Order: sequence, then C-alpha cells, then structure tokens
Amino acid sequence: MVGVTAPAIDGQDHRDEVVRAEGVAKHYQVGSNLIATLRGRSALVKAVDGVSFTLKRGESVGLLGESGCGKTTMGRLLLKLVPPTSGSILFEGRDTATIDGADLRAFRRSAQLIFQNPFEALNPRLTIRQSLAEPLENAGVPRAERLGLIEEALELVRSPSPAEILERYPHQMSGGQLQRIVMARALILQPTFVVADEPVSMLDVSVRAGILNVFRDVRERLGLTAIYISHDLALVRYVCERTIVMYLGRVVEDGPTEEVVHEPLHPYSKALVTAVPVPHPDQSHEALPIHGGAPDARNPPSGCRFRDRCPHAFERCAVEEPKPIQQGNRTVYCHLFDS
Amino acid sequence: MPSETATTTQAAYPSRLNAFVSGLWRIVRSIHLPLSDPFAMIGIIIYLVFFLVAVFANQIAPHDPTEILFTESYDLAADRLPGEDGFVLGTTSLGRDIFSQLVYGSQSALLIGLTAAAVVAVIGTIVGLISGYFGGVVDMMLMRLADIAFGIPFLPFVIVLAAFMEPSIWNVVFAMALILWRDTGRVVRSQVLSLRTRAYVEAARVSGSSNLKIVFRHIAPNILPLSFLYGSIAIGWAILTEASISFLGFGDPETISWGYMLQDAYASQALSTGAYYWFIPPGVCIVLVVVAGFFISRGYEEILFPKLKE
Ligand SMILES: Nc1ncnc2c1ncn2[C@@H]1O[C@H](COP(=O)(O)OP(=O)(O)OP(=O)(O)O)[C@@H](O)[C@H]1O
Ligand SMILES: [Mg+2]
Repeated sequence: MVGVTAPAIDGQDHRDEVVRAEGVAKHYQVGSNLIATLRGRSALVKAVDGVSFTLKRGESVGLLGESGCGKTTMGRLLLKLVPPTSGSILFEGRDTATIDGADLRAFRRSAQLIFQNPFEALNPRLTIRQSLAEPLENAGVPRAERLGLIEEALELVRSPSPAEILERYPHQMSGGQLQRIVMARALILQPTFVVADEPVSMLDVSVRAGILNVFRDVRERLGLTAIYISHDLALVRYVCERTIVMYLGRVVEDGPTEEVVHEPLHPYSKALVTAVPVPHPDQSHEALPIHGGAPDARNPPSGCRFRDRCPHAFERCAVEEPKPIQQGNRTVYCHLFDS
Repeated sequence: MPSETATTTQAAYPSRLNAFVSGLWRIVRSIHLPLSDPFAMIGIIIYLVFFLVAVFANQIAPHDPTEILFTESYDLAADRLPGEDGFVLGTTSLGRDIFSQLVYGSQSALLIGLTAAAVVAVIGTIVGLISGYFGGVVDMMLMRLADIAFGIPFLPFVIVLAAFMEPSIWNVVFAMALILWRDTGRVVRSQVLSLRTRAYVEAARVSGSSNLKIVFRHIAPNILPLSFLYGSIAIGWAILTEASISFLGFGDPETISWGYMLQDAYASQALSTGAYYWFIPPGVCIVLVVVAGFFISRGYEEILFPKLKE
C-alpha cells in the first residue's frame, strides 16, 4: 500500500479517504506548431479546470457529464497517467505527483482502470493469458501462482469457460467477453481503487446488463472505491450511490445519486434528469432540453461555464465563478443558491 | 541452460521450450515476409541463390580469384574468351579467372549488404523507438541529428570518408551507419508516435509495466516489418555504393568485389577491346541484387501500406 496516511495539510483525519482531488486542472495546448500559432489557430483546451472532491473508502461515485466535459481526462489524472497542470491529487494521503519508483509500482497495483473500448484495450498480438499475466509479472507474482490467479479473476468476472479462452487472441472474441477480460485484468491484483470509463458504451445493449451487474457485485465483494464514468444518468443511478456532475471541466453538483435524480439543484443537472426518460424510443435521449449547442472547451464562457445555456442566468453569472455551496448532503456550484 | 533445469520442475521445462519456440515463431511471423507477392518471391530467390553461392564459394570457384593463371605450356592465361581453355567466363588481362572472381565477389557483396542492412535497421529502429516513445528533449536532439544526416549527400560523403581512411569494404558500412539510419529512424518514429497512444499501451502502463517492457512488448513488434523494409532497401544501396566506390578507385584492392572487377576491367580497356565477358557479368550481378532488394521492399510496402496496390 502506498504511504499509509501522511498527516494531512489541514490537520483533519483523512484516514477513510482514498482519493482527494484539490483544484485539479489539466490544460492541453492544441495546434501548438509554428504555422497554427501564426494563423492564430493554437488554443488552450481546459479539459479539466479546477475540480475538487474526495472519495471515501468503499464509496462508488458516478462521474456524469456530456461528451468532452473532461471525464476521461479526470480519470487519467486520478490514475497518474497524465500529470495535472495545477492542483494536486492525493491517493491514500499521499500526493500522486511525488509517487515514483517502488511506490509507483505499489500504486499501479492499487489503482486500476477499466477501459471504455475493450476492442482496443487488449494487445491484438497477445493471447488472453499473456494479457492477464502482465500485471502479475509486474507485481512479481511467481510463475507457478499466475495461472491460479488468472482463473480466479476470470471466475470473479463470470467469464464463461475460462479454461478455453486463455489461449485465444482478442480478435476471436466478442465485445462482452473482452470487457470481462479487461475487468479481470484490472481486478487481478485486488486493487483498492478502480476507475471504470464508460465500460459498457461500446457494447451491444444485450450484454450491458451482465457487465454492469458484474461490476456492481465485484465492487461490493471487494469493497472497492470506484469511479464510474458515464454520460448516462440511468447507468450511474444503477451503479453508484453518489454522483458528481461535470460541465466543461468543472463540477456543477456533487451528492447522493437519488437526491440528484429526484431533486436536481443545478440547472444543468435538471436538464440531464429531464433528458433521462427513455420509454419513448423515438425520442433521442442525447438531446438536452436546454438551448445552445454542445459546449466547446476552447472558449468557455466567463464566470459560470453553463451560463450561455442556462435558463436562469443573470448578471452575476457572467462576472463571478460560482463557489461550492453546501445544500444538505449536496454541494452545488451555482449562484442561484447563494443567499 | 542446465542450471535452470535444476531449479525448475520437469514439467516446466518443455513448456518453457514451447514458449521459446512459439516466441520465435511470433517474431518470424511478425516480420511478415512478403511471400504472396510474386515479385518479392523472385527477389527472395535471387538473394537465396547469391547467399548459397557466397557460402559455398570455395566449392564453386575453380580457382583462387587473385591467382595469376598459366596454361599447361606455362604461357600466361590472359585474355581468354569464355570457354577457352576451360575458363567458364574467360580470364582478365592479368590471367585471373573471371568466374571465380564473380563467385567470390558475391561473398563481399553479401557481407557488405547484410551488415549494412543490419546496422541501418538496428540504429534507425532504436533511434526511432527512443525518439517517438520518450519525446521531449531526447526526441528533439535525435531529430536534429537526423536533419543533419539528411543534409549530407551520401555518395560524396562515402568518397571523402574512403579517401581519408584505410581502403576497406567496411568504409561503406561505416558511412551507411553514420548516414542512412535517418530514413529508418524517421519512419519508425512516426509509427511509434501513433502506436504509443493506443489504449493497450496505456493499459500496459496501468498494469505497472516499465517503459522498457512497453516498448519491447507492445510497440516494437509492430514496427519490425518497417525495420525489415528499410533493411532490405539498405542491402541494395550498400552493394551499389561499394561498387561505385571501388569503380572510382577508392575500394579495397585486397578484396575481390564486383565493383573491383568493373574497375579492373575499365582500367584494362576492356570496354574498347570489346571484352564484354569481363564487365557484363559483375554488372549483371549488381543489377540483380539491387533489383531483388527493390522487389522485396515493394512487397513489404504492399503489406505495410496496402493502398499502394491500386
Ligand atoms: N491529449 C489531449 N490533447 C488535447 N486535447 C485533449 C486531449 N485529451 C482530451 N482533450 C480534450 O479535452 C476535452 C475533454 O476530453 P475528455 O476525453 O476528458 O472528455 P470526456 O468527458 O471523456 O468525453 P467523452 O464522453 O466523449 O469520452 C475534449 O475537448 C478533448 O478534445
Ligand atoms: Mg471519455
């Protein structure tokens, strides 16, 4: 385990905290070559821009938001796959920026990622056995024990006929089977923290429920702390007791899923919730009942990011960035709630 | 590895051997020899023939290629026509057997071609992998070096190098090592840039794999065919360059090569005396290996970049 709870900066007891993000931002310079710069085409994409939250041990939290709002980037930041532009991420009390060497190997064992696209997450040249053995090799598990652990992990994700698929290659398998293997690889070293990045969005509707149930069961059985990334509120509601709603690189609302669903506070959450009723198959549930086009992370509006699409926007929204406001169990980032 | 068998169980040994064999097979398969392309096949057969000739040169060549030969009546056996006195391709004006020279010439051609190809492919691949995978300052420095290498004209560089160094066939290999890695390096780098963003590379990182392991296990196998393509191009280049250098008189007079034969023929006025049997065979051999290299690389390109087929 990584550095068992260093004393926290604010002197409080954070022992049950697994992850703590403090003002995390990730900016990308796009089109930064000479020609683009000369033509004024280079831009700063603020994929994630000042996000703070904490995850308690065993908690499962949905990260909800439209495409391009920075969910995947946030997940990659939490797993130390990209360094933050500013802000800090603490894992079990330790700043991930300072984790390296043997600690990094330990961190890689405890923090795992389930990929969005199982067809791309496995090396096509390696057999399933080789792919599943990779984390074991890296963790120094003796050769003789590997097969047993691989079979155990495959059983954990309820992969059908584990013995037969071991020598297969990814292209010989279906998306649902592959996603189970991707999950098995993530779980094989018994991590404490898992980020699942839209794990069913690339799969046939028919196999989604199976994968989601496995994820839910495993999470409970292993007591995982988990982040479930999705743009689909219904899925988040099925898997997570808490939801963080993101909009253009920012958190807009954070609280218990049922409360967010039944009584959304932030105007954007309201829009998401109203968009959910799926019973009418001809009604696209992507379209939000708010005006304005899809947001662009290149030129976010001043003040509140959502104000140009918000039906309640007033002068203050253009000039002042909303601060977190506590409303019962929830945190909302909106001037409407500032008394 | 007897020490390993002692520590592993008996059952583990054959499985390890299996793993080794299947690993080897994976590498061979990942090279993707363009066996289905008829032209590439011709190229491979030409290489194979020259390879066998070079390996069995001692058995095939009837004479020492540098030996001055005499007839039974102790006359100098100079300027014999093909077939005359049992000399298959005739003799030079100094009485050396042309066929034997041709056979031994394939030895130096093979030596130069293969080492140059290996050197170019290995250096270029390593540079491309490091540059593309790690990026940053290392990438910038290596790519500026490649720019410099691109700015140096190859043949004049080899001539200057050969003029300053001891005459040796290795000058050509050395020059190619200094210059021609640039093409391989550039192409491999751009391939690595796209490979390293693949999800399974990120998955390997999440699994705790080191950079070295990621490069060798997840990236390098995808660029081996490219390395081989550039290697096979380098074979022809090296042989052609060596011939040019030798023809211009900067070659190694101790080593029989096809370029040396051409230079010898040219200096002995073989062209004006019409001794075609002297300069055409080495010329044909050079053309054959260069064309073979071209055919093979075409076959590779069609595998690697299938759109060219149209
Ligand atoms: N490596 C990168 N370089 C430049 N821009 C990037 C990079 N990664 C992400 N972005 C940009 O950052 C923004 C957020 O991307 P991200 O992938 O985190 O969104 P997302 O919420 O996961 O969207 P989706 O639901 O489509 O997966 C997007 O505008 C994207 O174009
Ligand atoms: Mg995403």
